[in-house]
Amino acid sequence: MQYSKKVIEHFRNPHNQGRIKNADAVGQVGNLACGDVMKIYLKISENKKGESIIKDIKFETLGCAAAIAVSSALTDRVKGMTLARALTIEKDDIVKDLGGLPPIKVHCSRLGVEALHQAINQYFKK
Amino acid sequence: MPKNIKPIYLDHSATTPLDKEVLKAMLPYFSQKFGNPSSLYSYGQQAAAAVDRARQQAAEFLNCQPDEIIFTSGATEADNLAIFGVASALKKTSGGKFHLITSAIEHPAVLEPFNQLEEQGAEVSYLPVKKNGVVDLEVFRKSIKDNTVFVSIMYVNNEVGSIQPIREMGKIIEKINRERARRGSRRKIYFHTDAVQALNFLNCDVKYLHVDLLSLSGHKIYGPKGVGALFVKSGTPLAGVQLGGHQEKNLRSGTLNVPGIVGLAEAIKITAKHREKNNKKIAELRNEFVSSLRRRLPGIIVNTDFKNATPAHANISFVGAEGEAILIALDLAGVAVSTGSACASASLKASSVLLAMGIKEEVAHSTIRFTFGKNNSRVERRRVLKLLPPLVRRLKRMAPEL
Repeated sequence: MQYSKKVIEHFRNPHNQGRIKNADAVGQVGNLACGDVMKIYLKISENKKGESIIKDIKFETLGCAAAIAVSSALTDRVKGMTLARALTIEKDDIVKDLGGLPPIKVHCSRLGVEALHQAINQYFKK
Repeated sequence: MPKNIKPIYLDHSATTPLDKEVLKAMLPYFSQKFGNPSSLYSYGQQAAAAVDRARQQAAEFLNCQPDEIIFTSGATEADNLAIFGVASALKKTSGGKFHLITSAIEHPAVLEPFNQLEEQGAEVSYLPVKKNGVVDLEVFRKSIKDNTVFVSIMYVNNEVGSIQPIREMGKIIEKINRERARRGSRRKIYFHTDAVQALNFLNCDVKYLHVDLLSLSGHKIYGPKGVGALFVKSGTPLAGVQLGGHQEKNLRSGTLNVPGIVGLAEAIKITAKHREKNNKKIAELRNEFVSSLRRRLPGIIVNTDFKNATPAHANISFVGAEGEAILIALDLAGVAVSTGSACASASLKASSVLLAMGIKEEVAHSTIRFTFGKNNSRVERRRVLKLLPPLVRRLKRMAPEL
């Protein structure tokens, strides 16, 4: 198993790591028993067209190097995006952003996307 | 691994660097004395003589006869040969359903052959372990049945370093064998131990241990990879598994790995000679490492029971950080360790050894195995103690509150 340079970069210096106080939405997936937990915080605002966008995003992750890199790459990709567009993000997009993931780690990318979708859906339910 | 920094190797349970003396002993047998020991002319006989010497050295170490040693490609093959070889020989001579005993914390090289025998109809007991990773002698005694014919228990567990009471088990088995013989039963129990992780640290005299079969490997004792041996006490029923060339009394066919065998014997000689000195040095390194680490990171859980383990092992859980992430972060800082986390295994399951010890999954995922070796230094220990705590704290800070 070998991680790409991108994965290692994100793992060393993750982007958007931390939490947002008074977040507009929060999504959390995974559990301790399986080893990975990802939490996504969103701050939502509107763009000029009146669409809801991700103004700010932060993550907290307990997990392997791949899980941390996925969280970081995911936040990079969706920051500033409309919620509608963010909902179309798939795990393969993140894998691509990371320059690939070892096959056994691909499920980490699914976890990231699920946490994001959960946060967005929570916002819509409000 | 970073450039310009000398890497620190703390994974001696996985493999060890080849000792320079071992390499020196091996070198002539690659291209000068390259003969096939089965050949009758001088080239062959030169190689055969080297194998004989190596066999003699290994026999001295194990306190057995040279013809009780079968050279193999490593401990995995030795374990497979012991288990399948005895099972297959017994099948030919005695009928009825066999009962076999092993433990839940064995290496896959033992567990998987047992799984296969179970599929083929044998009854297998997988003994549990106590919290410290040791099989309870009473549980062992009670698990033996009238139709028990084979027991395989590892001498030292590779993940936590726990030492199993092999000698006591061997004596129990001998007593039962004597009772069976008195009752006129011809059914015996044969006892195998995988001693791979014990060779550097413990007495491996097969008479002291009361074992019938014992597996060992070269690369865990600063010897070469790809070579190992199985001790088989004379009179033990064993059928060859790998057939074809009639080497090793037809019990292990295949051209002998002459340089490997020479290297294995040299490694055995060196490890036996320096055992006490190295044990002391390694224990000091490990003990001070763990007590310093406890001071710096108060929340750690030490899974290795120092009272009942090799001096090399320190299996530690860093709850709140994930093991694979710690491993990668350490690797980026030039330190090599291993982990019991699911995220580092092909099966995506936490270490079955840690789970068998009653350690919760979430704790198992945060586990790092440090195994010290004879070449580690205090300077290295100091460096790891300096860089590990901030690295663990950083990962913990990244995690959500749970």
